[in-house]
Amino acid sequence: MTILPLAKDTLKVYKEQDVILFRNRVKEHAVKIKMGLVNQTKLITAASELVRNMLRYGGGGETVVEVVTRGRDNGIRLTFKDQGPGIPDIAKAMMDGYSTGKSLGLGLPGAKRLVNEFNIKSEAGKGTTVTIIKWANG
Amino acid sequence: MDRIPILKMGHFLLVTIQVDLYDRLAMDLEADLVKMVSITGAKAVLIDISAVSIVDSFMGRIIGNIASMSKLLDAETVVVGMQPAVAITLVELGLELPGVHTALNVEKGMALLSSLIIIDEETEEEEDDDTALS
Repeated sequence: MTILPLAKDTLKVYKEQDVILFRNRVKEHAVKIKMGLVNQTKLITAASELVRNMLRYGGGGETVVEVVTRGRDNGIRLTFKDQGPGIPDIAKAMMDGYSTGKSLGLGLPGAKRLVNEFNIKSEAGKGTTVTIIKWANG
Repeated sequence: MDRIPILKMGHFLLVTIQVDLYDRLAMDLEADLVKMVSITGAKAVLIDISAVSIVDSFMGRIIGNIASMSKLLDAETVVVGMQPAVAITLVELGLELPGVHTALNVEKGMALLSSLIIIDEETEEEEDDDTALS
């Protein structure tokens, strides 16, 4: 089924304090489509992981928060786009426990487990774009 | 600059996190807490996260760090008040908190810590016990 966007919000994230603003915006939209508390928490946690990656490895970038629908299902689609160095080996980056920084290496694979749809595109020298969807009842 | 307050009560250090943490704030808390354990000689650290709606892998790592660093300074750490949705999310994220004691609420956390550090005090010298109680 095709996924249609209903509302769109763009936010730039270039410093840590922007992260809180971004999380709150995601929360507002999730509450508006009556997403349950557990799904909200999963979505915002995944968003938190991805936005941190974007800041740390991509030097910040642009996030898009969208309310999307596919028939009777409503959901939130988040896009994280940076112009950083890109991820040379996505398969490796998606493995649990792998990290080029000093983190636990749960960011990308963990975020993927918390949402319904996960898409990552990266090109060396051009940046990385991650898109996730969490359905209200997913 | 924002700072999370740390309260000292006898052998305990109490921290209630009332705001959503960004990374810098969490790292400052880690450093402040470990310093406070060293300065006060506290035996136990209680961290209340009942007002925290999100614990991601970074925040989880900070909690784990606090527990292991405190342990090296001979203090136990207990995390209390985790929201059910946060617990569900942490498990799915794949984050375990090894070495961190948890309790349902502050009251149970204090009881747990008391039982943990009483064992310690029994092995301490007599005079040390006296000064601690006076």
